[in-house]
Amino acid sequence: MALVIGTDPAATGDGQPPPLPTVRLRRGARVLQLPKSLKVRIGLGFGLGFIILAVIGPWIAPDNPNTSLSTTSGVPQAPSAAHLLGTTQVQQDVLSQLLAGGRSTILVAIVAGLIATTLAVLFGVTAGYYGGVLDDLLSMLANIFLVMPALPLLIVIFGFLSKSTSPSDVLIGLVISITGWAYGARVMRAQTLSMRQRDYVVSARAIGEHGWRIMMFEILPNLLPIVATSFLFTVIYGVGTYTALSFLGVISPVHWSWGTMLYWAQSAQAAQQVRIEWWWFVPPGLAVGLFGTSLALLNFGIDEFINPRLRAAGLSRRTAKRAGLPRRSQLGLTPVVRNSGPVSIAAAVPGQLPDEIGHGPLAGTDRRT
Amino acid sequence: MTTARNSHRRPAPSGRAASAVSGPASRDQPLLEVTGLCVDYGFGQDAIHAVVEADLVLRRGEVLGLAGESGSGKSTLAYAITRLLRAPGVITGGQVLFHTPGTGDQDLPASAAAPWHTIDLLDAGPEQLRALRWNRIAVVLQSAMHALNPVLSVGAQLTDVLRAHRPEMDRAARLTRAGQLLELVGIPADRLGNYPHELSGGMRQRVMIAMALALEPQIVIMDEPTTALDVVTQREILEELMDLRDRLGFAILFITHDLSLLIEIADTIAVMYAGRIVETAGARQLYRAPRHPYSLGLLRSFPALHGPHQPMTGIGGSPPDMRQLPAGCVFHPRCPYAMDKCRVDTPQLLRLHATGRAVACWLQGTATTPPPELALPEPESSATTATRATTQAATPPEATTQATPAPGVGQQAAGIIPSQRSGS
Amino acid sequence: MRLIARRLALYIVTAIVAITVNFFIPRLMPGNPAEVAIGHMQSTVTPQTIAALDLQYGVNTHTSLWGQYVHYWDQLLHGNLGISFSAYPATVASVIRAALPWTIGLVGMATVISFVLGTLLGIAAAWRRGSWLDNLLPAMTFFQAAPYFFVAILAVALFATKLGWFPQNSGYDTIALNPGLSWGYISSVLDHAVLPALTIVAGSIAGWIIGMRNMMLTTMDEDYVLIAQAKGLPKRRVISYAARNAILPSVSGFSLAIGFVVSGALLTEIVFSYPGIGYILLQAIGSEDYPLLQGIFLIITFAVLAANLIADFVYAFLDPRTRQEA
Repeated sequence: MALVIGTDPAATGDGQPPPLPTVRLRRGARVLQLPKSLKVRIGLGFGLGFIILAVIGPWIAPDNPNTSLSTTSGVPQAPSAAHLLGTTQVQQDVLSQLLAGGRSTILVAIVAGLIATTLAVLFGVTAGYYGGVLDDLLSMLANIFLVMPALPLLIVIFGFLSKSTSPSDVLIGLVISITGWAYGARVMRAQTLSMRQRDYVVSARAIGEHGWRIMMFEILPNLLPIVATSFLFTVIYGVGTYTALSFLGVISPVHWSWGTMLYWAQSAQAAQQVRIEWWWFVPPGLAVGLFGTSLALLNFGIDEFINPRLRAAGLSRRTAKRAGLPRRSQLGLTPVVRNSGPVSIAAAVPGQLPDEIGHGPLAGTDRRT
Repeated sequence: MTTARNSHRRPAPSGRAASAVSGPASRDQPLLEVTGLCVDYGFGQDAIHAVVEADLVLRRGEVLGLAGESGSGKSTLAYAITRLLRAPGVITGGQVLFHTPGTGDQDLPASAAAPWHTIDLLDAGPEQLRALRWNRIAVVLQSAMHALNPVLSVGAQLTDVLRAHRPEMDRAARLTRAGQLLELVGIPADRLGNYPHELSGGMRQRVMIAMALALEPQIVIMDEPTTALDVVTQREILEELMDLRDRLGFAILFITHDLSLLIEIADTIAVMYAGRIVETAGARQLYRAPRHPYSLGLLRSFPALHGPHQPMTGIGGSPPDMRQLPAGCVFHPRCPYAMDKCRVDTPQLLRLHATGRAVACWLQGTATTPPPELALPEPESSATTATRATTQAATPPEATTQATPAPGVGQQAAGIIPSQRSGS
Repeated sequence: MRLIARRLALYIVTAIVAITVNFFIPRLMPGNPAEVAIGHMQSTVTPQTIAALDLQYGVNTHTSLWGQYVHYWDQLLHGNLGISFSAYPATVASVIRAALPWTIGLVGMATVISFVLGTLLGIAAAWRRGSWLDNLLPAMTFFQAAPYFFVAILAVALFATKLGWFPQNSGYDTIALNPGLSWGYISSVLDHAVLPALTIVAGSIAGWIIGMRNMMLTTMDEDYVLIAQAKGLPKRRVISYAARNAILPSVSGFSLAIGFVVSGALLTEIVFSYPGIGYILLQAIGSEDYPLLQGIFLIITFAVLAANLIADFVYAFLDPRTRQEA
């Protein structure tokens, strides 16, 4: 990771979130480089892997998740060659359930993310740009949704649906998104407010560009990192919420998802058995956790792009040790490293080089701090 | 401002031995001697050399101005001196000798009657630095709004220094002292409970100054302290500052891009360009008789309020890219007097005429004759000028006209600490 | 104080919205579920109860919608949340009242621990940047991404079933003990609370750590922290200069987080069969006990709003800039 050079020690911060690096919309604009941070690469890899599995999952599943494959046993079977992840209490193949459930879970989460982010951008940017009464109303609306606890509300909404009806994934995603847009809207609004003062927006208004054009072409491109973060965050939220709703049984248990698997496992007290039926509850939970973690790691990467102060502090361990620099930069203790003097600069002055430039009477001793 | 104190100057004893202990200081004894300081940002091939071979001397009670454009390295230099430079700053060479009573390990007030020692700040350990900080060297920053903790009251920020360095003071004594400090800068003591956001810009800056003087330090480093204020407040604060300086006797390292300001308040001015000090001279000397083309350009960039009309020419070109500095003299691309030699060889900072000035320019002190605007006669130096004293006031009349490499500049004197005064 | 007044107004409006939503949802759902449910109850409850339920859900009545709404409010203001289908003849209010202290105790304790510990670790991670603490972050992220109840299930499997260090379920040893101020009872309660509390802490602490760390890193770049160091203040004081400012977003973010923590806590309770709100929630869902379901929603909403208000007071206390009328 390149060093953050040129930090002005007298630079002042104002405690606000740092302004986003500005991007002018240009044809053939900067090419996005593959991020160098290991965290981000892992996140990207896993995330893509999950999405691929979501698409092809049910097609590669060995069995139908609903089918009880044998009626001889009422006890979940441990993983074996026939059932790579074992079976449930009624002899359903866990792996198939995992793959089928994966598609539903990921689809719901992505739908929720897309709709919520769209709403967030719509409400947030509009409120921030126009201000006034519109801003007050939309802010009030956002605050209400922010403060109201989401899960109980969703429980009430879904709870009144009859158990036999099974809403489609898209509909579930839509309902979940109603509770998930408010946070992103607030962030967008804050950024839009700060951008409104910027020169390029002010000049666009002076020219007489329409409001929506300014929002689309001047403000929105610069919000893209925040939009990306908001999207990922909402997808994580969607996964968690959908899984929770399924776990509670509020969403009909006939609808396969990772949460539903956990519902059945919990009903059968899989963790409390003497012979812990770990293959039943660990895969779905792990899947949710890993998917969420990969998206969170991606988010870290975007965060570090937005706020350079969060990037890893420059030097790798080896370089630092070789230089005699302390690995951690300590505030108020600027390191002094004398072995690399400015000789390279004065080398342009042949014959004028005194013997020991920059070394005092203490020359010759090796100082490390 | 009177110069009564300065007229009692006695020449410092010369030929001091290299031992660390010396007697109580005289008026002109150097407090801070920076020699060959080099500061980089980053490390290795990509390092930016923000400060190169800087030499400075700050004397007791003196106002030393450090002038330069943004990015010239003046703030970097000041922070490096006190080891407060943030990452990725690294000090890669030089010496910062600080002469002070006591060994620096204990939290003694600067006025303590203790034998004086010399400490190289670049070698000091964390405990030494902690004891010295604020006690002997204080810092005032540009924006008081950002330099004051927004969630602590003014009183709390004044008293916590006292609590850290003067453990013998009890709570009541601290509060009294804090109130005194506020009164010192002209703020009523009942404002102790206010928070920074409740004060005006000028008041905040005054609070910063009061805070800096809390432990009666020997040196106050001020980084553009009045740049963010309106000119009227600026004037008020500077006058109060000079008044305090006269009363309490501390030295000031004043960093600013505003050369005209320094000419008014500083005793000595050092001009920086691209990380190098290119000229050091008394304020009046610099104003009347600049020797470096960059100083000349700066002086011609602001109008004088009095005197005949002069064309404002400014300085051509643009500030250098610190990552790709030109070879030879860093200023040569913008210098109207550049010679072939300037493009190849880097001039060192050389002492001139034993007058206490120094210049890093091939036009001065060699066989070439400088153009007339860079060879103006030195102004009359008198100890009774109404503005301020210069260090040249005690120049012995037998000053040589030959440029000699100044001790401790560029090269090293034979290990004599502290370095000798000019001319003696 | 203007900040507090504004926030209070928001909470009141939100409460009104929540109550109104609660009123309308049963009436908006396809298939008229309330009517169906009441129909099922015909045989088991008194006719007066049926009439009351009819009015509450707008079934078979001649009262106008507005009339029903007013009646609903009237009931609420009298503390009447209706009759529970599944726990008949107990009222919803009584069912909730029995479960609420368990949840408040558990969630309260776990949230405080999580916040304090998370903040301290975040400060340490920022101050000692580059140390081993940085490696902690990805692991913490996983715990935050994994659902609370999954972590709970893992905790049960590992610590309760396999290692046997802690009990597998319930709030206290229901077989051997009776509630009361005896040491045996209290120690049993604490013993049974450890795993659920641990689960809640594990699920929520990562957010505090990361949030505090990031804010500390930003704050440490501020001039006043440099000045604190330049003043030669002891290290603890310098850190506090930064931390006292860095903690502000965490406190204001607390109001967002509390909603999640409460939801997570409910799910954790289910896994442990802990006798709190979560447990009766599951019961309500399973038995289609609509009044209980709605009552729980309202109580949780009010509790979260109250917690928010407390957080706002704390914020106003910590940040003197809010006290000035802008």
